[in-house]
Amino acid sequence: MSTLGTGLGRAAWLVFERDVRLAFRRWEQVTHPVVFFVMIATLFPLALSPETSLLRDIAPGVVWVAALLSSLLALETLLRADLEDGTLEQLTLSGQPLGWLLFAKTLAHWVLSGLPLVLAAPLVATALAAPGDAVGVLMLALFLGTGVLSFIGAVGAALTLGTRRGSVLLSLLVLPLAMPVLIFGARATDLAMRGEPAGGALMLLGAMLALSVTLAPIAASTAVRISLE
Amino acid sequence: MEHFLAMGGYGRFVWPSYALALAVFAWNIVAARRSFTSARERALRTAAANRAAPTEPKT
Amino acid sequence: MATWTWFHKLASPPYLYRTAGRLLPWLAIPAIVLTLAGAYGGLVRAPADYQQGEAFRIIYVHAPSAWLSLMAYTVMAAAAAVGLIWRMKLAHALAAATAPIGASFTLLCLATGSLWGRPMWGTWWVWDARLTSQLILFFLYLGYMALHSAYDDTQRADRAAGLLAVVGIVNVPIIHFSVYWWNTLHQGSTVLRADGPAMPPSMLVPLLVSFAGYTLGYAALACVRLRAEVLGRERNASWLQELGRG
Repeated sequence: MSTLGTGLGRAAWLVFERDVRLAFRRWEQVTHPVVFFVMIATLFPLALSPETSLLRDIAPGVVWVAALLSSLLALETLLRADLEDGTLEQLTLSGQPLGWLLFAKTLAHWVLSGLPLVLAAPLVATALAAPGDAVGVLMLALFLGTGVLSFIGAVGAALTLGTRRGSVLLSLLVLPLAMPVLIFGARATDLAMRGEPAGGALMLLGAMLALSVTLAPIAASTAVRISLE
Repeated sequence: MEHFLAMGGYGRFVWPSYALALAVFAWNIVAARRSFTSARERALRTAAANRAAPTEPKT
Repeated sequence: MATWTWFHKLASPPYLYRTAGRLLPWLAIPAIVLTLAGAYGGLVRAPADYQQGEAFRIIYVHAPSAWLSLMAYTVMAAAAAVGLIWRMKLAHALAAATAPIGASFTLLCLATGSLWGRPMWGTWWVWDARLTSQLILFFLYLGYMALHSAYDDTQRADRAAGLLAVVGIVNVPIIHFSVYWWNTLHQGSTVLRADGPAMPPSMLVPLLVSFAGYTLGYAALACVRLRAEVLGRERNASWLQELGRG
């Protein structure tokens, strides 16, 4: 491994580790989105009916809408605190490629906000009467999908950093871009619940993850530079 | 003429469509002109202010 | 090298301002003539469709506005990309000038699609792939305009919203693909097909005339809005003083 490579790897690791550590200190940052996720899923049986057959029909959609909304909620914490305490400015001045550091930041954010949703998914799926053998596909689809949401969301969060009324604007920017994730994710879950192969939809989710992981950090770094001007 | 306006029973869908198109064109023309005139007025005011106070450093 | 001088000239605000002003009548008059001719051809000259009857005439409003909404978004994103890469202030002016025009025609496309859907499908709104992706396109336009107006400083607004437009255009094919994929799985073939395989010339010619009219109409409207945006970005420049005298 070249010295440049280790330098980059070390910088990214430091950013990643710092964010994870900070999250342990501000634990509600991790728990609130999960609680929100479970609560949205609770709303649907209350609003519609507790009938098992109906719940089973709407389960994929409910899980994905809830996941989308709660990851949107979590985006607030991705960059805002770092902007306020000046960390973000330090990162842009660090001499390391900003896109790479933001990649590490987004990855940490995914681990802290996306993975808890993946882990909470079996609970929600069971509560919505989804068959047990679909839970594996649901978790895999959520694993890929929340990754895409985090990376797309990072661009939106970076773009709204310089504005005052951030949160509503952030949803307005991110939701249209996130719709393909919703479509493919809900479809994969739906297919799995019907006992059909969901490989196609999962692969499309994976392709979107690959695309967003490579392109979004570049866009996010440009956006951060614009916001910090 | 009445036959033409009826549009084979679809008149109440065809004519509103064309009316909406007209409205969108009209809105676009009015809004574009309004933004142009207001931008021009503002520019002229600033230009006049700059002429009145030439000591101000020009950019 | 010499072929690029026109491009550099366009980067000069007074030149762009005057050029847009000079072009305007050459775009606006043909636009009005062609749009009216297209509407006349569509309403009077074209025969009724053998399946959809007279309701088919909505296509002469619906299809050109659908085309315009996509073309305007492409222009906006391309202009924003030029502005971001070469730091060209005036390319951002074109992007900002395009957004409201594109958004209004996307809305027209949605409204006429709904009006067309009512007699064909029996409801005002069907989650048809075309209509749904147009709706998402409308949201993308709203996002651009909301982000642009959220910044007080025009330069930052231009660059932030421009980046959003570029990210959006990367996503537009993905959104289209996903919506079509979703649609084919959830319902059968759609009744509303704008591109019939074989259209007789009496139907096709008015449609093409409408396309040309709407496109020129966009260009004319963009010229007026572009001049406004140029003026807004050049508050203190000295060439504005000549504007007052002339």
